Amino acid sequence: MISVTVKLFAQFRNDRFKVEQRDYSEPMTTRKILEELEIPADELGVLMINGRHAELDQPLTEGDSVGIFPLVGGG
Amino acid sequence: MSQIDQWIASTAIDGLLHWVDQVAASEKFNTSIATIEGHALQQGILPARYQRNRNLLTCEDQYRLFCSHVVVVGCGGLGGHVIEGLVRLGVGQLTIIDPDIFEEHNLNRQTFCTMSTLGKSKAKITAERAVDINPAVTVTPHVLAFASDNGTMLLSGADIVVDALDNIIVRLELSAVCRELSVPLVHGAIGGWSGQVTSQLPNDNSLETLYAGKEHHTGIENKMGNPSFTPALVAALQVTETTKILLNLGEALSSRVLTIDLLDMEFVEIQI
Repeated sequence: MISVTVKLFAQFRNDRFKVEQRDYSEPMTTRKILEELEIPADELGVLMINGRHAELDQPLTEGDSVGIFPLVGGG
Repeated sequence: MSQIDQWIASTAIDGLLHWVDQVAASEKFNTSIATIEGHALQQGILPARYQRNRNLLTCEDQYRLFCSHVVVVGCGGLGGHVIEGLVRLGVGQLTIIDPDIFEEHNLNRQTFCTMSTLGKSKAKITAERAVDINPAVTVTPHVLAFASDNGTMLLSGADIVVDALDNIIVRLELSAVCRELSVPLVHGAIGGWSGQVTSQLPNDNSLETLYAGKEHHTGIENKMGNPSFTPALVAALQVTETTKILLNLGEALSSRVLTIDLLDMEFVEIQI
């Protein structure tokens, strides 16, 4: 098991949470977190792992901090 | 020293050239307001409209802004505020691009959308209003959509480009043309209570990192819309970045994106 901090932003927080410490069995990725939280992957904007932009399928490890932001494209 | 320079030097008060004298000089020497502005700045005399800039920008900085050419792609929520900011700042040359007209649903946020401009070209109205704010600025409007096939022509001569577009596909096309021309691109995007800003310097591929593969995805602006405050804030940050990059001041927001969540007032910087 690994413990991961999951932070949601903007409307992803609605009916979910702002930040939670969650335990997962490996191998774990952010794509699986999105599935678990029922966030469609095509609504994802920036994905931050430990302060850096990252890809959905990057394997998560113990202590990682994941920030999930919605896609913004308006002007 | 030319006759124009001598006249300006003798008219200036405390290093400032007041508007009435700038107009008088332009009439006396039968030349443009912009030409007089250039002559004044070159000899360290500041047109008085910029006096509140004086303690943060030098006269050389102000002259560099006057000699700069910024292309703003999009004259909507972001673009209107960006253009107003650049014009008040004293950027000498602007090219502005937008194919659309002002519509009723733009009234809640687009600064040059008013009752009297409904139905009129965003690019043309914005150019008119910009010159009314600062007659020393040359604004060239293009009533057309930016695309890969006209991009090189539209960005020709640009020192920097501001992304005020409203869709991801064209943003990636704009980024590609900027990279090809080695021109910095200041990106801003908004949706609901959220926004993001980054500065893509030549050789960076920040927009591809943020958006590649998401060309046909729907941003939250389609669900949430856009209020008055999000574009004003993100545009102000874009103007700040543009100023810093043009003048080589401070640290540009490059290789990192600033994400903004105004509902919970959280600003998060992410390395890209």
